[in-house]
Amino acid sequence: MAVLDLVTLLDTKEIVITCGPGGVGKTTTAAAAAAITAARAGGRVLVLTVDPARRLADALGVSGIGNDVVTVDPALFAQAGVEPRGSLSAAMLDTKKSWDELINRHAPSSATRDRILGNPLYTSLTTRFIQSHDYIAMERLYELHATGEWDLIVVDTPPTRNALDFLDAPARMADFFSSRLLRWLVMPSRSGLLGLASKGFAQVADRILGRQFLADITEFFGSLESMYEGFVERSQAVSRLLGDERTAFVVVSSSELVALREAAFFVEQLTKRDFALAAVVLNRVLPSSLADAAATNAALAVSSNIDELAEKLGLELGVDSDVAERVLATMVASYTDLSVIAQREAAARANFALGEASMVEVPLFDEDIHDLRGLLALGEYLIAQA
Amino acid sequence: MIGPALSNRRLLFVTGKGGVGKTTVAAGLALMLAEQGKSVLACEIDAKGDLSAAYEIPPAGFDPVKVTAQLSVMAMDTEASLREYLRLNLKIPMVGRLGPLATSLDFVATAAPGVKEILTVGKICWEVRERHYDVIVVDAPASGHIISQLGASDSIAELVRIGPIRNQSAWMSEILNDPRTTGVVVATTAEEMPIAETLELTQRLEQETSVELAGIVVNRVLPERFGPREAAAFAELCDGTHDDWLSSHLADGGPAVLEATRLATQLRRNRSRHLDVLRREIDPSVPLYYLPELFTRAEGLRMTRQVATHLAEELG
Repeated sequence: MAVLDLVTLLDTKEIVITCGPGGVGKTTTAAAAAAITAARAGGRVLVLTVDPARRLADALGVSGIGNDVVTVDPALFAQAGVEPRGSLSAAMLDTKKSWDELINRHAPSSATRDRILGNPLYTSLTTRFIQSHDYIAMERLYELHATGEWDLIVVDTPPTRNALDFLDAPARMADFFSSRLLRWLVMPSRSGLLGLASKGFAQVADRILGRQFLADITEFFGSLESMYEGFVERSQAVSRLLGDERTAFVVVSSSELVALREAAFFVEQLTKRDFALAAVVLNRVLPSSLADAAATNAALAVSSNIDELAEKLGLELGVDSDVAERVLATMVASYTDLSVIAQREAAARANFALGEASMVEVPLFDEDIHDLRGLLALGEYLIAQA
Repeated sequence: MIGPALSNRRLLFVTGKGGVGKTTVAAGLALMLAEQGKSVLACEIDAKGDLSAAYEIPPAGFDPVKVTAQLSVMAMDTEASLREYLRLNLKIPMVGRLGPLATSLDFVATAAPGVKEILTVGKICWEVRERHYDVIVVDAPASGHIISQLGASDSIAELVRIGPIRNQSAWMSEILNDPRTTGVVVATTAEEMPIAETLELTQRLEQETSVELAGIVVNRVLPERFGPREAAAFAELCDGTHDDWLSSHLADGGPAVLEATRLATQLRRNRSRHLDVLRREIDPSVPLYYLPELFTRAEGLRMTRQVATHLAEELG
């Protein structure tokens, strides 16, 4: 596979999925990639965040965006001094609402729909448990993509290893719905096929879960049965979409050892699944001058000659020499502290096994990104190193 | 907060947003408690090996591995937990593999929400009940997922009306919801998103679970080095009118040293602003503990020890 830089990727793919450990600026990176593409390349760009945190809304100035797609006000681009060539939209995933919409859309009759929506298991399944979140995220991506409304969809995934659950969710759901086990559960009386495995299963399940609960499950999945084929079909379509050449993956990390270790795991897993890993973005890289011998010498020189320098600096600034001395001592301490981290992180980056992807380093911003201007500034770094 | 101080509880779930040093805090806390003479089990939930790495031992499995005489480490494994559960509670012999039964149960775990969570938290609660250790420190999943786990026994109890799982969830809820026994520790950094997520999490803990928040550990607090006069003097030094002085008095690398100082000052300023938000918004009865940013060369046992030392000072 040819190595594509991030610009080419954002200009040519239909879906770009960012994944990586938590706390490395993944959501911001996804939003920045979408924003900069909307600004310079044109077309309709959508950023879909499936992270339960309400971050994207903050960063885009679109407070409280729900399950619906919201177009970012072009005036925000103007405020950031940019005339966008395309448009930027954002959507956040509301798990419960998405499930409700799915059931509403695909239920064969209103009676079935009401039975499903009214089942206590359904509410619990759709609101409290993470796996249903992963699955519905993929359904939603599939549907948004299928509308053909978007030239590019940038997807932000939940942090840490759950992102892999998210990738595997469609296949798992298809497996689940096509499994014989579910048939047994749903049609225990009709099957007449209770083999050894199912008998063992029934005994154990009965002793662990209790008969009543099994009956609840049976009823719930019985109602869903009429929708099985649709589930399986769409799950398979999503799996194909993730694996084909319209989709590319970007792993986002920081330079901390723990984050890089996890990023390396993502790289490995994506490769193993034959997904197209296209780029690695390393956020919050400290200035390389911090690991510089000349700077270390300068700091050492200040600290070995601090009394004399403090006198001179005091005169230069018109302050007491003890104030000047504390300024100089702080300079030495700040440099020493940060350079320890810079060196530790540079070593960690050097050890990081990247695979065949291109690498983009983004410097540490000394202000939080909380508006479109900040996203666009970050976006410039993402595409600068083409 | 109505329960005792954090260090006097028997089950501590350390959670927090990814990237804030949750595992380091959990590792340091477990080490600190062990050094106070308690027998401690540190348990990693998502089995990434980071907790073992914090003690510089090879990745631990479901069977606890001793780090010191007082401290053991284990990693959660739901299948192993199920096997143990079946053996101990239902007297169903499961020698070796679970085979097709495991696959079936995996499906049921998917279908019956909360079964995986029950197996995870159930094992931990069982260790608490059996008093195999004085304290169990759990390196729990990041923010959102902890709610599912801590609430699993309650929600299973709503769904399942009879049977062993029902009984199981009842005694688990008893342990989890008792503030004298159990507490959640949220690790955070003084940055915008971690603070926002901490506040959201503490709210959800209160609304969706009955488990008590025992404290918040603010990690990576930067040292305050400048007083107002020094800050003003430094700002003037950087304002462009003193460049000649700087280039004649500092060696070639001078600008990098200035830049480092500017960056450190700015980061410190940002973080103290976010810390103010936390202090303003959090329930005042929740104790806040502070850990300094550690400027160490490597992550690992050395860092864990430093965290343990600082925690010991903070927790008194």
